[in-house]
Amino acid sequence: MRRVVVTGLGMVSPLGGDVETSWKNILASKSGAGTITRFDATDFQSNYACEVKPADHEYGFDANKRVDHKVQRQVDPFIVYGIDAAGQAIEDAGLLDMTEEERFRAGCSIGSGIGGLPGIESESLVLAAKGPRRVSPHFVHGRLINLISGQVSIKYGLMGPNHAVVTACSTGAHSIGDAARMIAMDDADVMLAGGAESTVCPIGIAGFGQARALSTGFRDEPWRASRPWDEARDGFVMGEGAGVVVLEEYERAKARGAKIYAEVIGYGLSGDAYHVTAPHPEGSGAFRSMQMALRKSGLALEDIDYVNAHGTSTPLGDELELGAVRRLFGDAIGGLSMSSTKSAIGHLLGGAGAVESIFCILALRDQIVPPTLNLDNPSENCAGVDLVPHVAKERKVRAVLNNSFGFGGTNASLVMKAV
Amino acid sequence: MSETADRVKKIVVEHLGVEAEKVTEDASFIDDLGADSLDIVELVMAFEEEFGVEIPDDAAEKIATVKDAIDYIDSKQ
Repeated sequence: MRRVVVTGLGMVSPLGGDVETSWKNILASKSGAGTITRFDATDFQSNYACEVKPADHEYGFDANKRVDHKVQRQVDPFIVYGIDAAGQAIEDAGLLDMTEEERFRAGCSIGSGIGGLPGIESESLVLAAKGPRRVSPHFVHGRLINLISGQVSIKYGLMGPNHAVVTACSTGAHSIGDAARMIAMDDADVMLAGGAESTVCPIGIAGFGQARALSTGFRDEPWRASRPWDEARDGFVMGEGAGVVVLEEYERAKARGAKIYAEVIGYGLSGDAYHVTAPHPEGSGAFRSMQMALRKSGLALEDIDYVNAHGTSTPLGDELELGAVRRLFGDAIGGLSMSSTKSAIGHLLGGAGAVESIFCILALRDQIVPPTLNLDNPSENCAGVDLVPHVAKERKVRAVLNNSFGFGGTNASLVMKAV
Repeated sequence: MSETADRVKKIVVEHLGVEAEKVTEDASFIDDLGADSLDIVELVMAFEEEFGVEIPDDAAEKIATVKDAIDYIDSKQ
């Protein structure tokens, strides 16, 4: 099997319009949460979220850098974020000038959990108010989930596999895992892989609110709302953004002298087969997903130094995940650090697994693990596990594990290590 | 420049993201301004909204330049 490495990174997050700004803010224990600005959410179940900030903000996102004005007008924000993150990643990898032959073997696997919800909502209102002849002719292809991969392939001339995963909040991790397999199986040499999401819109907040998934109790202090494993946690905080990595076949990357961030060595997938929104009560799906990824990696449990948890700050999910990690690692759990960066940037849904994989890669690069914010009073089942409360921690990081779990009972885990 | 021309050009600039100087009356939406057929559908919708006119599909198909649009709108007002 061919080896697969990461040679480029791109990110749009609530804490930055690029990778390094987001990472610097994560390590500085900043929170991207605030009162929702996109619409008046006063009367909604929750009125706060982690929004991507406007261009004039200290750590805002400027869509004009990489996305044409016309495209910006025609597509939903998740596609704009995805195109930009993909552009960052391919620039970072130094692959803007691939030959046609190389581009036949370069593809995209950038998905989303939900897709263009804000545009579906707003055009439905146009339809109701003004009739079918006022619906945008760009409505369909401006909302479709595979249109990040589509737009990116057109913009950069990538003619290899064109794929888009849709597995709710596991999308980003599945995208990277599937794309890595395409390279390992010799379907491609280079893949842009990741996920994006933007559902901070009335129907999105109302829908997740009605599913009783959102945090609702921190209206006055939204930066305290995302608090994985803390006793006062009451649901997730909606985030938005995108993460994309460049995956590349190892020998090719080495031959061209590419900067190699990490190697993708393990990928695990499983289904809970239990409930549409609730995790399996024994965390069995999470356990088997991690177990498969670790088995594929060939590493020993003791080799994993950092786990970026799914850790959404929901009452049920956090402890079940921790329980599964504890069962899998046994005594080795004492040697690892595990944190949830959702405490800082909220839950990016289909973008989460990709953005969090990038944080894992940066932890490998910088030998520091990001913190779990707001972990004031860990639940009783957290004893004996380093959950990196409040502040980042410098430590040895040899290999990392990233978890993502989604509605429908879909689980994905990735193991990466330095090369 | 007529008032219609002014308003048409403003819509074209906004929708196609092109520089205002490029939007001359002779400019072809597809050949000069980078539009595709769906962009024209969108432009026609915007003209209908802006001017309160109806532009049926067979008429819309004949609108190729900025001047075509201005003339059609003026003829209906």
